[in-house]
Amino acid sequence: MITQLKNGKLYDPTNGKDGVVQDIYIRGGRIIAKPSSTEEISHTVDLSGKVVMAGAIDMHSHIGGGKINIARMMLPEFQESRRYSEPEAHICSPNCSHHATPSTTETGFRYIEMGYTAAFEPAMMPINARQAHLEMADTPMIDKGGYAMLGNDDYFLRLLAAGKDQKAINDYVAWTLHATQAIGIKVVNAGGISAFKFNQRKLDLDEAHSYYQVSARDILKSLSRAVYDLGIAKPLHVHCNNLGAAGNFETTLKTIEAADGLPMHLTHIQFHSYGTEGDRKFSSAAAEIAQAINNHKNISADVGQILFGQTVTASGDSMMQQINAKHANPKKSVIMDIECDAGCGVVPFKYRDQNFVNALQWAIGLEIFLSVNDPWRIFLTTDHPNGAPFTSYPHLIRLLMDKSFRNEAFAKLNLDAQAMSNLKSLAREYSLYEIAIMTRAGPAKLIGMHDRGHLGVGAGADIAVYNEQEDREVMFSKPAYVFKDGEMVVQAGKVVKVTWGATYTAKPEFDIGVEQDLKQYFDRYHTIQLANFKIDATEISQDGRGRIIVSKQHPIRS
Amino acid sequence: MWQNPTAMNILDDSVQLISATCPACGLLCDDLLVSNSTRISVKNGCQKSQIFFTQAASNTSPSMFGVDCDLDLAVKAAAKILHVSNHPLFAGLGTEVQGMRSVMALAEKTGATLDHMHSESTVRNTLAMQNSGWQTTTLTEVKNRADLIVAIGTDIVTSHPRFFEKLVWNADNLFNKTTPEVIFLGATGNTSAGISPDGHTPTVVAAETQDLPAIMSALNAMAHNKKLDAHEIAGVRLTELKAVLEKIKAAKYAVIVWSAGCLKITHAELTVQSITQLIATLNENTRVTGLPLNSGDGDSSINNTSAWLSGYPTRNRFNVHQRGGEFSYDTYHFSTQQQLNNCDALLWISTFNAYTPPSGVAPTIVIGHPDMQFTQAPDVFIPVGIPGLDHAGTMFRMDSSVALPLKSLRKQALPTLSDVLRQIETLLA
Repeated sequence: MITQLKNGKLYDPTNGKDGVVQDIYIRGGRIIAKPSSTEEISHTVDLSGKVVMAGAIDMHSHIGGGKINIARMMLPEFQESRRYSEPEAHICSPNCSHHATPSTTETGFRYIEMGYTAAFEPAMMPINARQAHLEMADTPMIDKGGYAMLGNDDYFLRLLAAGKDQKAINDYVAWTLHATQAIGIKVVNAGGISAFKFNQRKLDLDEAHSYYQVSARDILKSLSRAVYDLGIAKPLHVHCNNLGAAGNFETTLKTIEAADGLPMHLTHIQFHSYGTEGDRKFSSAAAEIAQAINNHKNISADVGQILFGQTVTASGDSMMQQINAKHANPKKSVIMDIECDAGCGVVPFKYRDQNFVNALQWAIGLEIFLSVNDPWRIFLTTDHPNGAPFTSYPHLIRLLMDKSFRNEAFAKLNLDAQAMSNLKSLAREYSLYEIAIMTRAGPAKLIGMHDRGHLGVGAGADIAVYNEQEDREVMFSKPAYVFKDGEMVVQAGKVVKVTWGATYTAKPEFDIGVEQDLKQYFDRYHTIQLANFKIDATEISQDGRGRIIVSKQHPIRS
Repeated sequence: MWQNPTAMNILDDSVQLISATCPACGLLCDDLLVSNSTRISVKNGCQKSQIFFTQAASNTSPSMFGVDCDLDLAVKAAAKILHVSNHPLFAGLGTEVQGMRSVMALAEKTGATLDHMHSESTVRNTLAMQNSGWQTTTLTEVKNRADLIVAIGTDIVTSHPRFFEKLVWNADNLFNKTTPEVIFLGATGNTSAGISPDGHTPTVVAAETQDLPAIMSALNAMAHNKKLDAHEIAGVRLTELKAVLEKIKAAKYAVIVWSAGCLKITHAELTVQSITQLIATLNENTRVTGLPLNSGDGDSSINNTSAWLSGYPTRNRFNVHQRGGEFSYDTYHFSTQQQLNNCDALLWISTFNAYTPPSGVAPTIVIGHPDMQFTQAPDVFIPVGIPGLDHAGTMFRMDSSVALPLKSLRKQALPTLSDVLRQIETLLA
């Protein structure tokens, strides 16, 4: 069975193809070289005039685990919201859905219907990882994976405070990846979530945790070193300290320096790029942040763009969400301390275009997109659902690709915010090739999905085909076809076949001796057995739908 | 290998011990040792787990109107009832994650309304949370951080027997904290569980459950530094309440425990909200957090599963005929009580306990615990395995943050709930 996709215009940055018209051949779910004339082509799809890209990969989207389910339970009114468009959000078109808490089924369907074939849950609390995998197992169509959160868990903080050597840290980090079936490691407000449990309300990069007397910098250094030593492809995923606070760009700049040349990914950087200029002591520091990213090749970032309308913020950062809860809209929030492991804060938000701060947040995100030079190191995210639901990506792509559309939207914003932004002076328009980098090739390379994100021979045949249209929002909202592992699953923007994706994991080698100490720790201090903390691969594959892919990593460096 | 070697000594060495997770209450203890000899015995367990793990399976044959039949016939009869039904009610829902997945799939096919047997209690919490949110904690945090436990309207141990043993009187903790002080505010039941191992007695503020709304309002007022023009509230001296409030404020990590199931008063959700608002107010300056106790029978598991699959916790409905099928949610109209009079078929599910369905007029299918004894035989009864005893599964703990695997511990010929529901679904295709 060979399928031929004929005459499509390929945007495949991994293989340097920028709008090259070329045929693609698929067999057994993979892209193959042109078959010999004796081999029979069983099926041909004519893609003349159509844009062909690898399936898109969302490298940061809260699709699984406790926080979003808490949001679903707290906000039943959100389920109604998909039925009407928000009058408030007049900048967004009807393609811009404002359904912030979709069910798992809807999540899978809406992703694939936009040409996304994978999404990664970025804040999987190790103790809650089983739930995250249960939810991801019920998310159809797409591949998935999770980054395990460390850095606020008491086991790690005790190691660090006791001055244990890097090997002990590395073994624990590797063990956590195995135990939670994760592909990367994330830190949220390093030390801050734990410090909040001791009634500390703020923790800057070099401030000491009141109990452990370690700083956020110590935590980041230790974990970024561990991830590097273990050869994990995905750089340490860092949600910086001081999320959302005016003036936090200085913490972000210091964090970039603290990486000390090791790979580090700064997530939803828009929320960490705020200055204190102006009458309202809130300003854009996008230029400083973009410059720092441009100057540090070891640093990558995703934006966490906000778009106007109703959404909900779901974060592990209980310390900062306790503060943000004052701005909750509707006025309710859930703040939790969780299992000496981490915490969470779920706070609904309504971003308004006539609100000074929200309007400037919108502009800051776009300023960063347009000021970071290397599209391989900046990623398109809304931090779903924190900045906006992922369904608004086509709208965001148009904002990046269409300067006049962007400037028209900007002109409708709060006037004081307009006065504080240089957005109109940024003339850059992203090309299709650059969009393909930041939504396909870049994320695949960053996460270490070697056979995804591109259209070369041997790649998994995850392919999105778009009708080329001037209105990029319409174009990216509704692909002509989407192929998942070689099967046509979407036609004219609608799912035609239901499939179930795989779960990507990283399984570095480590010294299992670490379990002896962990077992003692669990027996003395925890409320569950170590054996039950670990998630067996069969738990993910048992219903016959899911499967685990162990992604090849770099060699161990320590 | 085991944490508590003394537990093993009680059993004969020749008996093989398996560690098990106990679904008998929301604590979901997984430190139990169960022998799989002819007669199951339990170590590290409480009275509830003893009953759970040693239950028999007496009634293993499917039946129709009380007459034994084979499984195929029973499945066909159940499918027929659901096929002709326009408004089926799926109630009880005493199951775990995998069972609930199958329930949801069948609900989608049949346009069913879903309600759990303990929703009357759960909804009191859900409504408060949906109105103003809350600040809560989880069991391991309680074990390691709590220096004050305030139990409101509950003795805790009647529903969650090992709470104090495991989470309050623990000798080991991460931060060298002192043994927590315990306050029972309006507790009914067994407050002696709050006596510490070294004999320290708990503070007991006696009050009736029906007086808790007034007492909570007074505490909230005092937390906002309002002066109350009274010497006592519902028979409790103001100085006594003031002392409770000061203790909460002075604690490093106070945990306020309540049980929605115990708050059997009108509009109990408002009292829950009073509790969560007190926590929110005090959290401005100090750390105080809440711990809602659940009611059991998989309530936490099925509401979580329902939420991610449909967008809503239970008391939801799949509208098979509207807009290509969507779920809707109504905590009042979709209650079992309301729906019993409106449904044209009842599917009752109870796999952990032999709870029988409420009586109604609609044709009734019962799938569940093999020990069920009926006063009025249902149209169809299909006994199934008990999760955590007869088959494996996944279950959420009371705090929703932790989900644990349940094990298969004995050989049983009974099908699982999911097996049966899938067979019914196939016939409806």
